[in-house]
Amino acid sequence: MSDFAIKVRNENPVHVLELKGYLDAHTAPKLEETFQDLIKKGHHNIVVNCNDLSYISSAGLGVFMAFVEDVREKQGDIKFSNMSQKVYNVFDLLGFPLLYEIFKQEQEAIEKFNNAQSK
Amino acid sequence: MKQKTGSNNLKELTIKSKTSYLNKVRDFVSHEAKKFGFSDDEVSKITLAVDEACTNIIKHAYKNASDYPIHLRLNARNNTFEIMIEDQGMPFEPESVKLPDMKEHIRSYKRGGFGMYLMKSLMDKVEYKIQPGIKNSVILTKYLQ
Repeated sequence: MSDFAIKVRNENPVHVLELKGYLDAHTAPKLEETFQDLIKKGHHNIVVNCNDLSYISSAGLGVFMAFVEDVREKQGDIKFSNMSQKVYNVFDLLGFPLLYEIFKQEQEAIEKFNNAQSK
Repeated sequence: MKQKTGSNNLKELTIKSKTSYLNKVRDFVSHEAKKFGFSDDEVSKITLAVDEACTNIIKHAYKNASDYPIHLRLNARNNTFEIMIEDQGMPFEPESVKLPDMKEHIRSYKRGGFGMYLMKSLMDKVEYKIQPGIKNSVILTKYLQ
C-alpha cells in the first residue's frame, strides 16, 4: 500500500499534478519520475495542486528544485496551489515563496500560465 | 522494527535503514510528542526534524544501504523532549557542514542541504556526538513552553 499518490491532469496548455498523502524520501522518487516523464514529453507548464498533500519533507522539496530550472529554461514554470498551512510552513522556512508562485486556488495558477502565453 | 518502553518515560524504536520505515518513525515520534503536551504545530515540527535526521542517516551515513540499524531513543522529562538517533554508518563531521544562506542557496537552484537547515530551524537544540567506527548520534531537543 502506498501512502502517496499522484494524478496528472491535462488542462491544456498546463499539466496539473494532484499530490495526495505523504511526500518523503521514500515517495519522492515517484514524483521525480512523473516530472521526468512530463518534461520528456515537452510539458513545461506545471501546476502542483497540494490540496490532499498531508506532509512534505526536504526530499520532496528537492524534487521541485531539481526540475524548476529545466522548465524555466523552456519558458515554463512550476507553480503551486491549494497548500495547507502545515505544508506552506515548510516551504516558508526554506524561503521557497521567493522562488515559486503559490496560489490559493488551482484555477488562479492555470490562469497565470494562460495570461503569460497570450502576451 | 522493534519498539520498547522503559521506565522514566524512555521509549525506544529500532528500524532498518530503509526509507519505507520513515512513516513508522513519524508515527512513533508524533504520538509521543502529542502525549507529552505539544501543540499540533509543534508536533509537526518535531516529527519533520526526526524524519530529516533519519533520511540523512539513510542517504549519507549508510549510503542508501538498507539493512543497517537506526536506533531512536526518546527521553521526555520535565519540560524537555529529547530524541537521540544513533547509527553505525560513516562518521560525519558536523563542523564541516556549513549551513547555507538559504536565500542564496535556493536562488542558485541547489537541491540538497535542506535537511540540516530544517532540523536546526525546527528544534531548540541539535547536537552531534560522533565516535568514529563506533557510532554517530544526533540529539534533537524541544522544550515544552
